[in-house]
Amino acid sequence: MTKQRITIEDISKPSPKLAELRKEDFKPLPPPLDRPDATPDFPPLSEKAEEQYETSLDDTLAVSIPKPKNKQEEDELVAKFLSGLQKLFTKENNWTFLQPLLLSMEHCATCHTCSDSCHIYEASGRNPIYRPAYRSEVFRRLYKKYVKSKGGLLQAWRDGEIELNWTTVARLAELAYRCNLCRRCAQTCPIGVDNGLIGHEIRKLFSQELGIAAKELHEHGSVLQLKVGSSTGMNAVVVKDNVEFIDEDVSEKTGMTITTPWDKEGADILLLHNAGEILSWPMNPGAFAVIFESAGLSWTMSSELVAYDGINYGLWYDDAQFARVALKHAEIAKKLKVKKIVLGECGHAHKALTVIADRVLTGDLNIPRESCMVTLEEIISSGRIKVDPERNDFPVTLHDPCNLVRLMGIVEPQRRILRKIAPRFREMEPHGVHNYCCGGGSGFAIMSGHNFADWRNQISGRKKLEQILNAFKDELDPSIKKFVCTPCSNCKGQLRDLFNYYDLWEKHSILYDGLVELIVNCMSDVEPGFIEWEMH
Amino acid sequence: MAVSILLVMVYASVAVFLAAIVYRAVKIARLPIHLRWELYPVAHEKGRASYGGSYLEEPDWWTKPRESSLIGELKVMIPEILFLAGVWEHNRKHWFRSFPFHFGLYVLAGLIVLLLIGGITTAAGASVSADGNLMGKALYHLTYLIGYAGLGLGLVGSLALLARRAFDEDYREYTKKADFFNLGFFVVTLAVALAAHALADPDFSGLRAFFARLITFDFSPIEATVTFPTALTAVEIILASLLLAYIPLTHMSHFFTKWFMYHDIRWSDEPNIAGGKIERQITAVLQYPVSWSASHIRGDGKKNWVDVATSGVEEDKE
Repeated sequence: MTKQRITIEDISKPSPKLAELRKEDFKPLPPPLDRPDATPDFPPLSEKAEEQYETSLDDTLAVSIPKPKNKQEEDELVAKFLSGLQKLFTKENNWTFLQPLLLSMEHCATCHTCSDSCHIYEASGRNPIYRPAYRSEVFRRLYKKYVKSKGGLLQAWRDGEIELNWTTVARLAELAYRCNLCRRCAQTCPIGVDNGLIGHEIRKLFSQELGIAAKELHEHGSVLQLKVGSSTGMNAVVVKDNVEFIDEDVSEKTGMTITTPWDKEGADILLLHNAGEILSWPMNPGAFAVIFESAGLSWTMSSELVAYDGINYGLWYDDAQFARVALKHAEIAKKLKVKKIVLGECGHAHKALTVIADRVLTGDLNIPRESCMVTLEEIISSGRIKVDPERNDFPVTLHDPCNLVRLMGIVEPQRRILRKIAPRFREMEPHGVHNYCCGGGSGFAIMSGHNFADWRNQISGRKKLEQILNAFKDELDPSIKKFVCTPCSNCKGQLRDLFNYYDLWEKHSILYDGLVELIVNCMSDVEPGFIEWEMH
Repeated sequence: MAVSILLVMVYASVAVFLAAIVYRAVKIARLPIHLRWELYPVAHEKGRASYGGSYLEEPDWWTKPRESSLIGELKVMIPEILFLAGVWEHNRKHWFRSFPFHFGLYVLAGLIVLLLIGGITTAAGASVSADGNLMGKALYHLTYLIGYAGLGLGLVGSLALLARRAFDEDYREYTKKADFFNLGFFVVTLAVALAAHALADPDFSGLRAFFARLITFDFSPIEATVTFPTALTAVEIILASLLLAYIPLTHMSHFFTKWFMYHDIRWSDEPNIAGGKIERQITAVLQYPVSWSASHIRGDGKKNWVDVATSGVEEDKE
């Protein structure tokens, strides 16, 4: 196949597809998935989707913008985009990221150092539209033409050509959702330009001005969380019921009596879980309860609206939604008079509340926040719970959630725990702050509309799949059970899909789960066999 | 008369160069505080930078003093600035083009310093020559060495970068006409300078004499016995002056804006402490009026960020 040549200006030229996705272009996988049939053909979008939505970017859909009915509607959307573009560069509307955005707009030397750091660009077989600099360059030209210089004789000569029309706007909206916002590219930029930030800002422009965002993040995500209490749709009664069942299950499995404390005023710790754990991986909150109770911590969960779900999807697409959720979390911690908030195993919840909200919360809402990795390490290193590493005598590797590691610098606590409890722990390569995203970052893990799950499994998750297979390359025999420690709810969702897609559990006995499950599995005071070796 | 024009041109270009840097730096520094957006490794994290760790790894981190290491920052900044360590690590092919160009410019900055010292020495009546005293000899030979090394490296680097942008499809696609012009400007300036010294001013003594005039504001006519300036040296001075004034007006100003990109963003991990400066800044920006139009915000230009953050999605029910 010849490499597709796509220019920056092509984004504005109407055509059925700007880029095509062909599996023969994708990066080959390592053994045992190096057979051509190991990756299914990339499924086309349905005829209905092609008819109904703007599908001219590539062969998938994340945002699903309905096709405008007429020229007038097209023009209205373009005008709104332009209005949003101008607002994005004002301090009043975007103090939150104005300085980083302006510097990234002004100083890219187009040296392409970022290209090879991007797992999506690499996995796609270097598809030109997935180059980290592609969407940034389109956006940069629009900014320079319509915000900075507003035309002028030298503008195109200096900044490059670009045309603003409906095709550009619609493709750019989709293209903002072909990046995991993992910022691995920014790490390699010699100047400090951040393509991840630019993707984030494009998403914000669409959401905050045009009301266009991925449904899973907005309508079924942050809006639902603020209205009902959780993006899972669970209200307080349902959550408490579910946790009661979990307590019963965990008590039965461990031989301990576990009762999760709720709304305990004056507790030292408010524990915030991603509520998805309660539904999809109930043993995770269960394991937290076992560890915290065994260690004798003073802790509580909250049944207040929003507080039983630590997620904050606004982090990925909308500053207003982000601030609303962060504020609720802080208000509830204040009301409970806790000493600190501890974030459960959810990477984006960690970064949202600890780092990003740090410059949103003021006064008595600025309650200290701590990562559960740190709390857990302190419990284990202090000997407050006893562990028997022999119970974890199977190959273990660690997936580093980008939000926790590259974007917060929490690297070693989880490793020190693993070195203590998992005798056959080995690193993926690369790891730590140089890790690769699981492919589900920035909300993708919960986005599966149309054939987007195929895109995640075949492209954005491909590099992580390669890393996992390589970490276990000498022990792929299905008789050896293997464990990918994944201390993040969204990453787990992505790995679950990835493992199912490529039959990793069925064929090679590779399973994933959180860190706390691995800890409880080797606690001496607990009945053996906490980890259930079955796909879930 | 000709020398006077050259002198005025150099003074003007230095003034534009400095004014543009100050103007842009102040403009960037005055932008409002932004949300934290650091990226690890953060070089000043004492004892943790080597693996990318942060103070957030510490239990109850807010109760402990934060340890910041200037040496840690220098350990990253010096190889990054001098040797383009990041490009070496992540884009080796490009480094072989980019490094000679950038390092050549650093060496040429060194040449300017040597010419200034040489100019002061000459103006003070001492000799800078192969036959002079120890300092005069050292300055003479060092200027010779640094001058040709800088011009040669810079020219090779800028030619290599220009060739890549012209002939490599991936690079050509992203290169604007102005980028070709910029690199071409460097190529022409450096080639003229190299030719000027190779043909007319081989030991840089003519240029040193010009620097002596720059330092002493000597606008007096040139004596008939002095050959300086030759036409080529004059063109060299004109082109170099124009280039110096032009650089900070373009995206090549990254030579100083990079400081903000690292210190204000990538390494900016300072926590918001109750009653501190950051909290005061946040309180101020939260008062900014919001005009985003989407239905879940409905910014009317009167509501501020506090109103938006505390209003919730109830507004959607309207």
